[in-house]
Amino acid sequence: MISSALKIKESLAIDVKGVYHRYSKTKYAVGIFIPRWTLKRGERVFLHGASGSGKTTLLNLLAGVLSPTQGGIQLLEQEFSSLYSRRKDKFRAQHIGVVFQQFNLISYLSVLKNIQLAAYFGGNAKSKVEQKASEMLRKLKLDPDVLQRPAGSLSVGQQQRVAIARALINAPEILLVDEPTSALDAAARDAFMEILIEICQLTTTTLVFVSHDMYLRRFFDASVEISSLLKPVETVEC
Amino acid sequence: MLVSVAWSSLRSRRKSVILTFFSLLISISVLLSVEHIRQNAKESFNRTISAVDIIVGAPSGQLNLLLYSVFRMGNPTNNIAYESFETLSKNQHVAWTIPILLGDSHRGSRVMGTNENYFAHFKYANKQALEFAAGVPFSKLFQAVIGADVAKQLKYQVGDEIVIAHGIGNVSFAKHDNTPFVISGILKATGTPVDKTIHVSLNAIEAIHLSPSQQKKLLSDPTSVNLTPESMTAVMLGLKSLMATFKLQREINNYQKDQLMAILPGVAMTELWQMMATVENLLLVISILVLISSLFGLSTMLLASMQQRKNEIAVLRVLGASPSVIFALVLIEALLLIVLVIVAAIGLISLTLTLSSDWLASEYGLFLSGNLLSIDSLKVVAVIVVTSIITSLLPAIEAYKNALNVGLSSRC
Ligand SMILES: Nc1ncnc2c1ncn2[C@@H]1O[C@H](COP(=O)(O)OP(=O)(O)O)[C@@H](O)[C@H]1O
Ligand SMILES: [Mg+2]
Repeated sequence: MISSALKIKESLAIDVKGVYHRYSKTKYAVGIFIPRWTLKRGERVFLHGASGSGKTTLLNLLAGVLSPTQGGIQLLEQEFSSLYSRRKDKFRAQHIGVVFQQFNLISYLSVLKNIQLAAYFGGNAKSKVEQKASEMLRKLKLDPDVLQRPAGSLSVGQQQRVAIARALINAPEILLVDEPTSALDAAARDAFMEILIEICQLTTTTLVFVSHDMYLRRFFDASVEISSLLKPVETVEC
Repeated sequence: MLVSVAWSSLRSRRKSVILTFFSLLISISVLLSVEHIRQNAKESFNRTISAVDIIVGAPSGQLNLLLYSVFRMGNPTNNIAYESFETLSKNQHVAWTIPILLGDSHRGSRVMGTNENYFAHFKYANKQALEFAAGVPFSKLFQAVIGADVAKQLKYQVGDEIVIAHGIGNVSFAKHDNTPFVISGILKATGTPVDKTIHVSLNAIEAIHLSPSQQKKLLSDPTSVNLTPESMTAVMLGLKSLMATFKLQREINNYQKDQLMAILPGVAMTELWQMMATVENLLLVISILVLISSLFGLSTMLLASMQQRKNEIAVLRVLGASPSVIFALVLIEALLLIVLVIVAAIGLISLTLTLSSDWLASEYGLFLSGNLLSIDSLKVVAVIVVTSIITSLLPAIEAYKNALNVGLSSRC
């Protein structure tokens, strides 16, 4: 009984407990409240909801770019949201990959430099990055030649795939993805999704994939509607 | 890594960066050269003359007399009688005299008539005597001793024949082709106007000015013509005792038989220095203001780039860069640019100094060292770096704030 409970606890990648967040600066901000949400390691979940429902806010909280007003978030069985911001930044660099809608790369740096930068902040040796990156790009069906090109000269579809390579270069346990396909056409979108799922399967990365586009649900085993996580905020005193 | 990112970032904004670069280059070059000249000018002027207690010339201003007798700048308004020189030489307080008779030029170098006392008693810098790099002082009528720069520029050696013309400008109106001089000696470099001077005997100056027919006569029989000059540009005096300085100065100023003025080189030098200092301080203030304005330009350039950088900052943040890293990146960018500008400015000034040192020396008697890397210049460089860091703080803080607020939703 105890051992199995431990096992379940051990395998948790994300544990959100009673998190309340509101953008304090805006008078009208209602904020979001999540009583409890957990995700096991290696799980891939499709998180959907209407525009403005707080999906990006939740990802920002998970990435540690925002801090919850109340409550706590544990990542990989460690306290995360209460860490000092510098420790949080370090944790993010090492354990969390992030891909967002667009402009994931620094356009004036080469693709390789972009990826090296992620490795640098993740504290990984620079020497092996190039080889790892070109392997990763091959898996993502990109010609490794693009490594030397300025990121800004790539097509949006290519940039998004480079963004995945960049996000995974430090072999993070958690990958957070926010509407990555909204700038892609249908064919590029499907190709992107297949590659993303495949590579996450391969590396058993925990994936939180956020989109308002219900079509993308078919690529996932599990899906969660964000509103099902949320409790009305009025119940929270502040 | 951060440095290379900052470098790429600068390169990606090439146009505005280059404009800022030039604006900074100009202002920093101006500041560094003003500072360099300030430091060097005083030393350069002060080393020009030493151990001379009194200079006597025709009455004008003390600066004027100092400038033409020591710096060979400008022209004497009037000369003093040769008899006055003889009287001064016999004065009981006077240990030695150096006569100076100016007025002629040879290919841009000033020709100065004097006597052997010049090589024995004239001192520069820290009571340093003139030394010969080659040869000996002149002993015959048509012999000349040249300064180090004259020898270097005109590639003269001991034994070479030169022609000395009447008049001063670069182009003389009368060339005395029939009075050729032989170089008897070359002085070692002193970093003073001596280097630019051709020294001949007093009689030689007189000989240059003879009519062609008399010159012919002189060449055939050296004793046939009286070559004692009638007048003298100035006389430098060395005293037996410094106690007599003011007494002698008063005596000379009140001399009845000739109109004379006696100046103390140290006092005149201080006046010259004070006059220069005012101008220099003004220049310094102006160049500091120019620098500040171009540092604001740098700050503006960085601030203007901040809008375009919001996205870049978001990317760096999710990669795990802390806000202080973002802050540092902006500062590194500013510093990279400043360091480049300083290196370029030092190169530019060194080049300009090398190219213009002859001109500065001959036109203004300024002997500037081409070496900019003195302790004082390094201090100025340090001040520039610190001020540029301070002015870059504003955009860096702006970036820091952006970094704190940035979320994944930053989508430009
Ligand atoms: N930086 C911000 N400051 C203030 N309010 C914000 C900020 N970002 C988002 N919001 C607000 O929070 C709510 C949730 O936004 P978001 O998480 O971006 O939704 P979604 O990603 O589901 O479209 C919205 O009402 C939005 O206006
Ligand atoms: Mg969103």
